[in-house]
Amino acid sequence: MTMPVRIYFDHNATTPVHPRVVEAVMRAFSDDVGNPSSVHYFGQRAKTLVDDARAAIAALLHAEASDVVFTSSGTEANNLALRGLAEAAAPGRRHLVTTGIEHEAVLNTARALERHQWRVTVLPVGETGVLAPDVLRAAVTRETAIVSIMHANNEIGTIQPVADLVSVARDVGAIFHTDAVQSAGKLPLSVRDLGADVLSISAHKFNGPKGVGALWIRRGVRVLPTMTGGRQERNRRAGTENVPGIAGAGVAAALAIERLPMMAGVARLRDRLERGILTSVPGTHVNGDPARRVPNTTNISFEGLEAESLLIALDLEGVAVSTGSACSSGTLEPSHVLKAMGLPSARARNSLRFSLGVSNTDAEVDFVVERLPMLVGKLRGLGRRASALG
Amino acid sequence: MRIVMAMSGGVDSSVAAARLAEAGHEVIGISMQLYDQRASPQAFGSCCSLDDLYDARRVAAAIGIPHYILNFETPFQATVVKNFVDEYAAGRTPIPCIRCNADVKFATLVEHARGFDADVVATGHYARVRFDGDTRRYTLLRGVDEDKDQSYFLFSLTQDQLAHAMFPIGDMTKPEVRAFATRRRLLVAEKPDSHEICFVPDGDQGAFVERQLESRPRDGVISDSSGKVLGEHRGVHRFTVGQRKGLGVSVGIPLYVIHVDAADARVTVGPREELGSRSLVASGVNWISGQPPAAPTRVTARIRHRHRDAPALIVTDGAARATLEFDEPQFAVAPGQAVVFYRGEEVVGGGWIESS
Repeated sequence: MTMPVRIYFDHNATTPVHPRVVEAVMRAFSDDVGNPSSVHYFGQRAKTLVDDARAAIAALLHAEASDVVFTSSGTEANNLALRGLAEAAAPGRRHLVTTGIEHEAVLNTARALERHQWRVTVLPVGETGVLAPDVLRAAVTRETAIVSIMHANNEIGTIQPVADLVSVARDVGAIFHTDAVQSAGKLPLSVRDLGADVLSISAHKFNGPKGVGALWIRRGVRVLPTMTGGRQERNRRAGTENVPGIAGAGVAAALAIERLPMMAGVARLRDRLERGILTSVPGTHVNGDPARRVPNTTNISFEGLEAESLLIALDLEGVAVSTGSACSSGTLEPSHVLKAMGLPSARARNSLRFSLGVSNTDAEVDFVVERLPMLVGKLRGLGRRASALG
Repeated sequence: MRIVMAMSGGVDSSVAAARLAEAGHEVIGISMQLYDQRASPQAFGSCCSLDDLYDARRVAAAIGIPHYILNFETPFQATVVKNFVDEYAAGRTPIPCIRCNADVKFATLVEHARGFDADVVATGHYARVRFDGDTRRYTLLRGVDEDKDQSYFLFSLTQDQLAHAMFPIGDMTKPEVRAFATRRRLLVAEKPDSHEICFVPDGDQGAFVERQLESRPRDGVISDSSGKVLGEHRGVHRFTVGQRKGLGVSVGIPLYVIHVDAADARVTVGPREELGSRSLVASGVNWISGQPPAAPTRVTARIRHRHRDAPALIVTDGAARATLEFDEPQFAVAPGQAVVFYRGEEVVGGGWIESS
């Protein structure tokens, strides 16, 4: 049996950890054994690592270091944002507005707030996945406490006009949270330009370790802790810090800044892959907004087959991609993102996401473009035969 | 050879997968998602619940093969579940596992396997398939383990389906399978066998049928074979020929369901003697060789999974129908169940019991 090539086109799920990050994590594990809350030498060394990382994350966001709170994940950052803002909201403001294409970490947290007598409005997006500011304007009122709209979408890569949406939220005095998990490391990110009040990121999406997220909170915005306990993170997130992970996240943030120009090359590869597939495989369509998306992502529908099967066939060829559907959790739901964009469920069920990274090559793109027509042809033939029988 | 292995998370398919991998095949483990797990959170332990998917994944990892989950909810509902419900509503006693083998595992899954360049689907059934070089045909044989033999559930496979089927543990006994799993430290080595119908984990088939139907079968009467009314019932789908419990009537001697008539909503009960049948008519008959026997043939016939096959004479009546005459009366011949014909170890064919 020959070992297949392994091509990784799933960088929106997670990214390979950079060797310099690994080095930093290992060093923290072996050399910096202290607890950052301790007063002594060991504590101070550990604290320095956490503070350095905080400064690096702040640099990535063009923010103040003291406004960055480390969490265990992007999901926890989103939870802290929504629950912590809700907890701190003024009486009479119990309305949250979000969109149907958010990550589950936001959508399911919003639903949890609904059970605590919050009114939640989930807005539809246009067919390319963009939320029009006027749609937001029609939904917000003086009772709206929180507007949570993602910066870039994980499945289709569409970028929201955050700055415009922020000004709509501002007009009614609502706090604006943006989930920037999928844009950090892929787009220049500036909390000043975006204008948001609260912003979430996750280290493993930009070559950092899993298990480290961060929430940036504009000074003066009140977010009450959801994790209670000690006074870590300036009373905003209790629990001893994951020092090695945070140290790694800091290095990853510095690398992300340094390597941001390489994203142009990733975009060129993504475009080649996309053009190649559209040309060589009939019945394919791109989902999302071709003009307004992160540089590494393309989401393509393949008419007449189940994306689930194509994903497996590609994996058996050594190519790792992803679908939006989540069948392993016990149900076959077409991607909620594509559904919220108004795509018919058949098309939502036959779409695959290819998300590239800086280590991908032209040869890998060529391989996939060359193999796909054969794989698709095989699976489509089966579909026709099966339906002819049934 | 690249082989798709259907993995339920049980010990049988786990050992089957491990044996194929040991033999040097390129094994692709596939677990089939057959129904919405969210609807039955109590479904643990039954086939293909989330716990079973977990077990299948862990076993696949332990033996070093890839593992995927394919969602077959739609074909499963359209073929297996719908038939199950319709049969109960018609007063018959269905066996969904046979439909699942013929219409899902060796149909939909085989199609998918072909898409993955795998020509064969393997399952953890206790049965054997052989290619006979002389006749150029596939034969289906009982599993070596007499107690566990599952050839009954495979009678409807065609030559074309058998050509793409593999049963890697058909030559093993259950104790050997468990010993193999223990030796290989597979985490399912001691996992209990599943007995329930996978999509009715609580075993309440009547309630399941009612949930699936828009309107439940109407109320009717329970009578004896002379027509004397003994009681009432809340739908024929709650009765199966041979059933003794839950009749809600009492005449001093044990009573059994003798006959279920959906058209009249009538359930006929009687003492055990009335349950015997000397003959039956089967429809939808499949002859494993592809050819019906030319003349009346002596076989042994099994009328349900746990039945000890009984000597009988088959008279075919066109290709897809057969009349079977037993040497001795057989108890509780239930319409809707399968009757499977054997010649020694070999499955000759089988069909669906229409009447007795």
